[in-house]
Amino acid sequence: MIQTFAFYLFAVMVIASGAVTILARNPVHSVLWLILAFFNAAGLMVLVGAEFIAMLLVIVYVGAVAVLFLFVVMMLDIDFATLRAGFVRNFPLGFAIALVLLCELVLGVGAYRVGALQLGTPDGTAATALGASNIEAIGALLYGRYLFLFEAAGLILLVAMIGAIVLTHRQRSGVRGQNISRQIARRPDEATVNVRPEVGKGVSL
Amino acid sequence: MTHFFQTLGLPHDWAWFVATICGILLIALPLLLGVAMIIYADRKIWAAMALRRGPNVVGPFGLLQSFADGLKVFLQETIVPAASNKALFLIAPVITFTVALLAWAVIPFNSGAVLADINVGLLYILAISSLGVYGVVIAGWASNSKYPFFSAMRASAQMISYEVSIGFILICVVLWAGTFNLGAIVEAQRSHVWLINGFVANPLLFPRWVMFLISGMAETARAPFDLTEAESELVAGYQTEYSSMAFAAYWLGEYANVLLMCALNAVLFWGGYLPPLDWAPLYYVPGFVWLLLKILFFFFVFSWVKATVPRYRYDQLMRLGWKVFLPVSLGFVVLVSGYLMFTRYGA
Repeated sequence: MIQTFAFYLFAVMVIASGAVTILARNPVHSVLWLILAFFNAAGLMVLVGAEFIAMLLVIVYVGAVAVLFLFVVMMLDIDFATLRAGFVRNFPLGFAIALVLLCELVLGVGAYRVGALQLGTPDGTAATALGASNIEAIGALLYGRYLFLFEAAGLILLVAMIGAIVLTHRQRSGVRGQNISRQIARRPDEATVNVRPEVGKGVSL
Repeated sequence: MTHFFQTLGLPHDWAWFVATICGILLIALPLLLGVAMIIYADRKIWAAMALRRGPNVVGPFGLLQSFADGLKVFLQETIVPAASNKALFLIAPVITFTVALLAWAVIPFNSGAVLADINVGLLYILAISSLGVYGVVIAGWASNSKYPFFSAMRASAQMISYEVSIGFILICVVLWAGTFNLGAIVEAQRSHVWLINGFVANPLLFPRWVMFLISGMAETARAPFDLTEAESELVAGYQTEYSSMAFAAYWLGEYANVLLMCALNAVLFWGGYLPPLDWAPLYYVPGFVWLLLKILFFFFVFSWVKATVPRYRYDQLMRLGWKVFLPVSLGFVVLVSGYLMFTRYGA
């Protein structure tokens, strides 16, 4: 009974907060509703027994990606009125994308129902690959069967990261940085001088 | 506890429900009391290091000072700035406070004495601690004021930076223990090196603990990394516009987070509820007492650092996180997994 209640609670919250994400007038509110949607999606993952995915969803999306979203949205002064002005013009394109996504979803669920894919069982009970815990099963698959695909994905991400750094990096001249090791290595006898000037002569620095 | 309520005649679902509620209260209420006392302890330690007396008026030795402060803020008026975003302004302290309590669900207080014995315990802690930044960021934005906003920007950058290195440090612990379950991690530390219970005696993991302690201070925004509320620059940071219970919620949440960091230090590196040495007479002391002693010791270290180390500059903080801790912890992941590969799993 508790599981049914929790499922409907999480499911309703995901859909509702997803809808409010689109409808909210303030972009910061949108991001916060998006975070709530992520969080409830993680709750749904826990319910189907995929606790590892749930935790990763919270750590990666809520803890890192959404913080960056929030960071950017808060810093930028986005005027939503001008964004909304293009609504009618962009509507056909948006509708077409939505239609494609809907077709993909229907196809995916249909293929899953037919049962040719050996992913899990259609009734929602998660089938782990080795009868081990979530993490062990995923680890064994990623580092065993799909090792090369996994490494390739990592390599692509690395290239993307280096690319992003190279594209946005600009070399500035005249930046005065701190050399910490030099500061620490400095000793009193090389930093201070003891002078006894004659009265009225002063010191030259 | 579920079994106990079942013997009282409740069906299994309800017995589980009642037992969980009782477990939550058993953790949360002593924790709140402990936070009140630890604030007192913090002020006393800090005062002693500055050769002052500290709170000494309310109650014997000033022991009731925190409760007097609590009563004071409870009776104050909550001021909500007119230009603020009201709903978010009031939700933000609630988020901080709730998140600070949530993570305690997976801390093992004794062998088997844990509220949620889940096999992704450490990931759960990482997930919950990554939520902590939202209370600060939302507060900074909803206050609609410059200083809190600066503080919120600093907080989000700071917490993300140090979470990365904490993640890599925890990976080393997980590799050695072979599990994400905190109870099992504690058990893996039993007589780890000769008779010593705790990963900290391991020469490969000892530097990880030092870095974890420092990262923990940065993650909880304690001195010397309290850039988010640097009073000489930002008044009181994200708390500037807060008053009354909303302010107290931040205060309590902050100290609950510090206690959690101390508990994590104890559980992950110092053997949690195990006594320091694997020697039979020490096991007569209940495990809970050992954990409490370790938490108090680490809290003393946190206070000690707060009283003695000057605050970092922001660029130094970022440099330490990204240019020192990140490469070093990444290197140690390679080192530890390589060592385990050769010794435990066979090359």
